Amino acid sequence: MTEKAKKTGGRRRGLHDGGGRESLHKGPSLWYAAPAMVLFGVFALIPLIGVVVLSFMNWDGLGAVTWNGLGNWKEMLGDPLTLNGLKLTLILTIACWAVQTPVSILLGVFMAGKQKYRAFLAVFFFLPLLFSSTAVAIAFKNILDPQFGIGKAFGWKWLEQNFLGDPKTALWTLILVVSWCFVPLHSLLYQGAVRQIPASLYEAARIDGAGTVRQFFSITLPQLKYTFATDSTLMIVGSLTYFDLVYVMTAGGPGNATRLMPLDMYIKGFKSYDMGGASVIGVLILAMGIVISLLLNRLSGADKMESQMEGV
Amino acid sequence: MIRIKGREYNIIAGALGWIWLLVTIVPIYYIVVTSLRESNAVYADNPLSFPEHPTLSAYERVFANDFLMYVKNSVIVTFVTVLVILLVCIPAAYVIVRRTDVGTRRLYKIFISGLAIPMQATIIPVYYLIIKIGLYDTLWALILPSAAFAIPITILILTNFLRDVPQSLFEAMAVDGASEFKTMIQLALPMVKPAVITVAIYDALNVWNGFLFPLILTQSTENRVIPLSLWLFQGQFTVDVPGILAAVVISVLPILAAYIIGRRQMVAGLTAGFGK
Repeated sequence: MTEKAKKTGGRRRGLHDGGGRESLHKGPSLWYAAPAMVLFGVFALIPLIGVVVLSFMNWDGLGAVTWNGLGNWKEMLGDPLTLNGLKLTLILTIACWAVQTPVSILLGVFMAGKQKYRAFLAVFFFLPLLFSSTAVAIAFKNILDPQFGIGKAFGWKWLEQNFLGDPKTALWTLILVVSWCFVPLHSLLYQGAVRQIPASLYEAARIDGAGTVRQFFSITLPQLKYTFATDSTLMIVGSLTYFDLVYVMTAGGPGNATRLMPLDMYIKGFKSYDMGGASVIGVLILAMGIVISLLLNRLSGADKMESQMEGV
Repeated sequence: MIRIKGREYNIIAGALGWIWLLVTIVPIYYIVVTSLRESNAVYADNPLSFPEHPTLSAYERVFANDFLMYVKNSVIVTFVTVLVILLVCIPAAYVIVRRTDVGTRRLYKIFISGLAIPMQATIIPVYYLIIKIGLYDTLWALILPSAAFAIPITILILTNFLRDVPQSLFEAMAVDGASEFKTMIQLALPMVKPAVITVAIYDALNVWNGFLFPLILTQSTENRVIPLSLWLFQGQFTVDVPGILAAVVISVLPILAAYIIGRRQMVAGLTAGFGK
């Protein structure tokens, strides 16, 4: 997700270097950055180290913090709930990505079109973004209720089942609700990217006789690959931290069918008062996030940037 | 591949567009009509029918429940958080763009690395810290961590925009003998105003909708914000479906109003950091 920013940043800095380098002027004092450093340091960097430290401690949330060595780690890694959370989180992450990406690309391309009715529809497409996750969760809990939810409107038996109450369907229902929330955001990103594709590429394709579908597959999709990498990182790192929606909709249930890692961390810490164990889960989430980000950054390699710009 | 003519393709795209419109609108329509239904009609009526006797009584029940105080708390927390973010990030972004030494670049990297890290995983030490500082169950307990977590994206956006300010303008200010502070306020700030608005909207939305920090860092009714109150309503009003959904509608109204007034800025704000 930082990749694109770094690239554009780098390019801009390069431009400035070309035109008359500044004299010996060093710029403003570093003190200007001090407030941001302090705030970020105290509430972001210290907790980042703190979560690792606390994973080796015993703490019930009220009393003293005491050393526990590898105790929490042994306990948590041996806990079937941890493995369950990991498995569910991986399924959710992959499924959310697989559902949202194609829909977002298609909608993004759709919204990038210049037709009036598309702009009109886009106004409504963004509405889910105005809802907080809590509001969405509560709304869908009611919408999916077998007694008075939307399912009853059509008289189809299939729609009247208790989607959130059945361990077999609960996770998949969550994935669809997550998609309802976030597809608008991701399609916005793709819309912006599609609009930046140079018109000359399409003109050339048209001269070569390529139809709209052909243009979509041979120009639009390949041109979207950097947005694809950025957006996928955003989506995947985001999936690791879905908490609000899941907590309010299912609270991890039925049974432990939707007890994803962030939820598992919350329940262990704030319901079972095992802050040390919860920190272990926190470290696992952090590690997964960082590894996935680095991996995706590597895959979308900055060095390929030039090839994209060729022939434009 | 079979070549489809332009017009036929548009039918596919159009169908997709209208289908997604339904996917978006039907749940929202359900929320609104159910909030207008009489409580005893919820189980009897067709869920998607417009209520025979629409009533605002569910809204009255919500407002009878201190909801205005929660709205006030949310407004305070959102406003102060965004203010803090801008106050600390604008000078930091200014320094990052104006200085070229290694230390500054490293500092920028530290801030930006926050983007790739799932910060929510650190809630337990944040909770510990807030208790130790003595801020537990205050609005400051929500403001400070929310502001800190917003620093990476805010700095990223502001620096991206600041880099577009031509060097010659900075040099002209320096020749005129303007101090760095004056340059920042009189030159840089006006030139990145759109970015400031964009990032303020993005941060405000996140704070307004935040649930996790209020859940773990506040406790008393006086410090309750809207998302938390929605969740608690849901626990209290289990049988009052119109009441719960009316609360949902009320929680969205301020954001909807902002969307209607400044849709362009809002959309820019939502995609902050990627559109540029």
